[in-house]
Amino acid sequence: MGTHRSSDEGPILDVRDLTTYFNTDEGIVKAVDGVSFSLYRGETIAIVGESGSGKSVTNLSIMRLIPSPPGRIMKGQVLFEGRDLLNLPPGQMRRIRGNRISMIFQDPMTSLNPFLRISVQLIETLRLHQGLNRHEARKKAARMLGEVGIPSPERRLDEFPHQFSGGMRQRVMIAMALSCNPDILIADEPTTALDVTIQAQILELIQELTKRIDTAVVMITHDLGVVAAMSDRVNVMYAGRIVETGGSEDIFYRSRHPYTSGLIRSVPRVDRSRSGPLYSIPGRPPNLIELPDLCPFHPRCEQAMEICRHRYPPAYSVGGSGSVRVNCWLYRETGAGAEK
Amino acid sequence: MKKYVIRRALGLIPTLFIIITVSFFIIRLAPGGPFAREKAVPDEILRNLERKYHMDDPLVVQYGRYLFDVLRFDLGPSFRYKDHDVNSLIAGSLPNSLILGLVSLGAALTLGIAAGIVSALKQNRLVDYTFMSVATVGISIPLFVVGPVLMLVFAMRLGWLPTSGWITGRYGMQTLIMPAVTLTLPYFAYIARLSRASFLDVLRSDYVRTARAKGLPGGIVIFRHVIRGGLLPVVSYIGPAFAQIVTGSVVVEQIFRVPGLGKFFVQSAINRDYTLVMGTVIVYSVILILMNFFVDLLYGYLDPRVSYD
Ligand SMILES: Nc1ncnc2c1ncn2[C@@H]1O[C@H](COP(=O)(O)OP(=O)(O)O)[C@@H](O)[C@H]1O
Ligand SMILES: [Mg+2]
Repeated sequence: MGTHRSSDEGPILDVRDLTTYFNTDEGIVKAVDGVSFSLYRGETIAIVGESGSGKSVTNLSIMRLIPSPPGRIMKGQVLFEGRDLLNLPPGQMRRIRGNRISMIFQDPMTSLNPFLRISVQLIETLRLHQGLNRHEARKKAARMLGEVGIPSPERRLDEFPHQFSGGMRQRVMIAMALSCNPDILIADEPTTALDVTIQAQILELIQELTKRIDTAVVMITHDLGVVAAMSDRVNVMYAGRIVETGGSEDIFYRSRHPYTSGLIRSVPRVDRSRSGPLYSIPGRPPNLIELPDLCPFHPRCEQAMEICRHRYPPAYSVGGSGSVRVNCWLYRETGAGAEK
Repeated sequence: MKKYVIRRALGLIPTLFIIITVSFFIIRLAPGGPFAREKAVPDEILRNLERKYHMDDPLVVQYGRYLFDVLRFDLGPSFRYKDHDVNSLIAGSLPNSLILGLVSLGAALTLGIAAGIVSALKQNRLVDYTFMSVATVGISIPLFVVGPVLMLVFAMRLGWLPTSGWITGRYGMQTLIMPAVTLTLPYFAYIARLSRASFLDVLRSDYVRTARAKGLPGGIVIFRHVIRGGLLPVVSYIGPAFAQIVTGSVVVEQIFRVPGLGKFFVQSAINRDYTLVMGTVIVYSVILILMNFFVDLLYGYLDPRVSYD
């Protein structure tokens, strides 16, 4: 796995067979069904997939923030520096949240507490994890606001979230998430709710700041275009599982899974500015209740074969370096090292 | 903010003026009058009475005079309770109603909010089911059933509490218990359900998830991030709740013979005791208007998104 910067060190986060179900009136929703991936210090990985494919639930499970009931982590491990977060006592888990691993969310309009000044929300994290006194914490909060590009931070610190625009609120969220120099930042569709013109700025800001403090990033998105340039590895999710994983160039230019290819074709591209509607994969994602043992993508797949209707494909290693793995029957002959 | 308070306070005056005007004419339009009896009163006496109370003047003149008196905080003489003016009747009874109303509102709020929070935190557990069952009972059974049942059980059967009377009498504070419980129950029930729903909403909200993702301990998440947002719907309900408690207390005062304003409110309307009707209407209106005013201010204080323009 030569693509990782610090492969000798071992991953800082190793997710193994993570499985999260929701108990609903209609039945058990298998939102995340055996997801595994690893993250190395300082790198950026992406989790990509259509809406409803289980990206958010995966990452909320890592942070143990799944609403329970109805959610429940059924099995798996989340190894952070070798310790399984899923077995950590609550007090120790809290020392990791917001400090060693932090998150930013999709909707900056609702992710900040509307009743509390920005200062309160920034300072409480700093005081909690860094033991700063009120004065020091305030100074650092102002500095963080400045670093995320908010003008006159001293004054804006005393304002309420509704006095900020969406883009500015997401900057506040970023400042908050990075204020304790975390080892990992999980960014759950951080630009989806924002104006297109601001999206690039926010992504750039995340990249720049995390590079500077050597924070590894899990970038979640439904837009492959967003991550192509900024991530080292890409995990493609469908129906609660990772169906293809590989280096971001491999995925973007030599995608193997028909679903990944569909996602790539759906990316709006400047150089393909022909008029006409944007491509989207036909059909809808499957119901995650009672999925039988088959490839859940086959009803929407142009290359579906008989076997796709009867068994879920194992992971095949494909590609020169062997670093691309794809769960698709198309690679039964050419792929190697099938697992599962 | 200060300007806003003053502007809002001034805005209360026209509201009150409209209420006074409308009630003044409506009660006059109602058939009958203060001096109508089963037995016909001789014309002569009637005319004398009318002259004494200036009822022979044109209605508009009477209205003008009444407004002028109200401005001087003089609500006039009662037509029925001889030798009493409306001011003294109200001064003697309003405090009792307020004690009953405020005690009930206070109890309904504290207990209701507490039950709501606990139920939301322990959703679908035994405490939740218990509180919500009590709340359903409280909402579905009317005051005039709860009151007599309590009286039957605790006063007549068990003899633990006096059947009626008031705190100034020989049973003291004990007399407050049953009327207050009766009046509290439905509002406790409603507030408990309201705050449960609203706290559940807040607990599931994105910003509370953010607070948890920051690693804050549960207690701080609840007290700093959940309480305020969860209370807002309850705060909006305080205004209407108080209005209903005031009217509800009319019933409860009758059941437990509390010497409150409720008795005069009902009696004066039946008797066409014009000045006393107007007096009680004005007092109730002022209370409700002020209550809504304070609730608005409180809401604005709690929610920074409320603008004062
Ligand atoms: N609280 C919940 N209760 C029931 N089902 C849920 C809940 N949260 C998520 N799910 C289900 O889990 C699946 C994955 O959701 P999610 O991870 O949010 O998708 P994504 O982030 O990829 O758009 C969806 O089918 C969704 O309906
Ligand atoms: Mg999501």
